Amino acid sequence: MREARYSDGMRAVLPLMPAVVAFGASFGVLARAAGVDSAAALVMSATTFAGSAQFAVVSVLGAGGTAAAAIGAAVLLNARYAPMALAASGAFRGHPVRRLLEAQLLVDESWALSSRGGGFDRKLLLGVGGLLYAGWNAGTAIGVLAGDSLTDPATLGLDAAFPALFLALVAPLVRTRTALVAALMGAGIALALTPLTPAGVPVIAATAACLVGLTRPTGAADPRRLPQEAPS
Amino acid sequence: MSAVWICVIVVGMATIAVKAGGPVLAAGRELPQGAARVVDLLAPALLAALVATQAFASDEALVLDERAAGLLAGGLAIVLRAPILVVVVVAAATAGGLRAIS
Repeated sequence: MREARYSDGMRAVLPLMPAVVAFGASFGVLARAAGVDSAAALVMSATTFAGSAQFAVVSVLGAGGTAAAAIGAAVLLNARYAPMALAASGAFRGHPVRRLLEAQLLVDESWALSSRGGGFDRKLLLGVGGLLYAGWNAGTAIGVLAGDSLTDPATLGLDAAFPALFLALVAPLVRTRTALVAALMGAGIALALTPLTPAGVPVIAATAACLVGLTRPTGAADPRRLPQEAPS
Repeated sequence: MSAVWICVIVVGMATIAVKAGGPVLAAGRELPQGAARVVDLLAPALLAALVATQAFASDEALVLDERAAGLLAGGLAIVLRAPILVVVVVAAATAGGLRAIS
């Protein structure tokens, strides 16, 4: 496999960009509708750069929740980046400040798309994350400017675009039975906890499903392992 | 300072710290084998949880609404090997269309 370039990452994420810009715009619109001022919405997209957490803050504040509740939901939603960033830490090199800045481009999509055989490709991650960052912030600016004149994102079905997007991202990852079991368990845990825990907790708790990786494959007895001796 | 700006600053700083923790403190180190196997499964578990919650959760309730129909249509597009943009548009159009006629 030839070495990846930044442009490979950008090309990989290009199909998502209309949805990312539209999602960023919907954040800008909803933030304004919830009484968040334009500057706060723009600063939040530039520093937090995580759609679900930003939407959590805006919706909690918009519904009259406290700052503590909004912060708790958002930080819990973003806690998943700790193990993800640790897993990808081998991809980052150089001065700590440079690693800190480059790590900010780590989001679900850049993490998933830059995973390469147990490791992570730095240029793919930065290519994907960089374009997403530009699109997310441009979208937020568009949404903030458009304000109330834009249609409700739910009317456009944008809220349904995101589960489908994540389904498209998970589909190529569940080629092994262990990965499929982890995915189904993750979804099951998240759904089971949704009525019982505050927003954000179900997704974090679902990461426990990855512990199925500790159950060792049963080696030769594993029916998935076909004999390799036969010449083909 | 307003509640909004407190949220923006605290969430922003916390997110920056969470993302930078591993790469700044552990750069270049390899994960042990068992940990690597577990971490390999983080993406499928987490993405599937996001699929489930973004499609079926509304605040703290489980609901079956137009998003489920959108997800189903998007899933069909994935099975038919459609590009991601098509998957996303099909899902959004299905949910938006159903809302328009209901």
